[in-house]
Amino acid sequence: MAALRSSTRLLASRSLFRTTVPVRSFASVNPIESVKEATSASRPPVNESKTSTVQEPSASPDARIKTFHVYRWNPDEPTSKPRMESYTLDLNKTGPMMLDALIRIKNEVDPTLTFRRSCREGICGSCAMNIDGVNTLACLCRIPTDTKQESRIYPLPHTYVVKDLVPDLTLFYKQYKSIKPYLQRSTPAPDGREYRMSREDRKKLDGLYECILCACCSTSCPSYWWNSEEYLGPAILLQSYRWIADARDEQTEQRKDALNNSMSLYRCHTILNCTRTCPKGLNPGLAIAEIKKSLSFS
Amino acid sequence: MRLSGLQKEVLALYRRCLREAAKKPIESRDNFKAFARSEFRRNTAMDKRDFGAIEYLLRKGERQLEMYASPGITNISR
Repeated sequence: MAALRSSTRLLASRSLFRTTVPVRSFASVNPIESVKEATSASRPPVNESKTSTVQEPSASPDARIKTFHVYRWNPDEPTSKPRMESYTLDLNKTGPMMLDALIRIKNEVDPTLTFRRSCREGICGSCAMNIDGVNTLACLCRIPTDTKQESRIYPLPHTYVVKDLVPDLTLFYKQYKSIKPYLQRSTPAPDGREYRMSREDRKKLDGLYECILCACCSTSCPSYWWNSEEYLGPAILLQSYRWIADARDEQTEQRKDALNNSMSLYRCHTILNCTRTCPKGLNPGLAIAEIKKSLSFS
Repeated sequence: MRLSGLQKEVLALYRRCLREAAKKPIESRDNFKAFARSEFRRNTAMDKRDFGAIEYLLRKGERQLEMYASPGITNISR
């Protein structure tokens, strides 16, 4: 009997509980009503039925998806191996050049991708890299529109990599410094104002002064790959010839003497990869041949 | 102990670092030495067969040494 009583008491307390709880939970107002209270009464939000709906982005049916394989290496983890990372882009939403694709990858897909770029019009030479097996400037290289073919992007071959697509050009610049790429002259100008040259002399510099030192030609030269310490390479020799051919320069003989050894100049075996790859359409092979000619006739 | 060529290069670089540190003004010499030590200590766990990584660190060290060896740099702190 005692047990029965206790259970009835329990029941009674439960029913009491049941009646009190709902009162508590509905003590506040309806949540939708409360939002209305929270916002300013003078400027209520426009009802959702009167506004547009933002859809989840869906793949466009006529998308031209192309795959890019990009060389990646992070110097902060020197023990990790370099790897090829793949990115897919819709060519309809990408600019026409490889550099546009790279910038889009960096902006929208992977901000850790590292590469040099500056002018985006082939005048600074920063974005030199190996695209589909050819050394070229990314900003002058069109993306092949064939979406079935996948593009492969590497840093310049046979250079030490600083990070991802950034090559270490320290040696290249040191060699450029070694040829003294500036006007050397001790006699003052005849009119005391500027060093003038004839139209014919100026014409000799066409095809030489346009070089932007992007290092595409030097790093495509097998001879430079094997002897980069001593052989100057096509880009530097072209610049060297630019100063040898300059009619205003008075150190022509010294410049030639500096090149007259077995390594600096004569490692050129007229492979002509330099001329084939030059993104500016110059002919370093011809310039080297001209230096060789002037050395053999002097 | 016979050292491999790469190990000799690492030791030679360390030696040059200490010699360059000795050329610095006397009050900052210890800072340069401590910096060189810490840079080498950081990578002591490197696998000795990982030539690529060691060669990269050697090149990086050479570059740093060349930079810090310039007489314009008189002190270093970390």
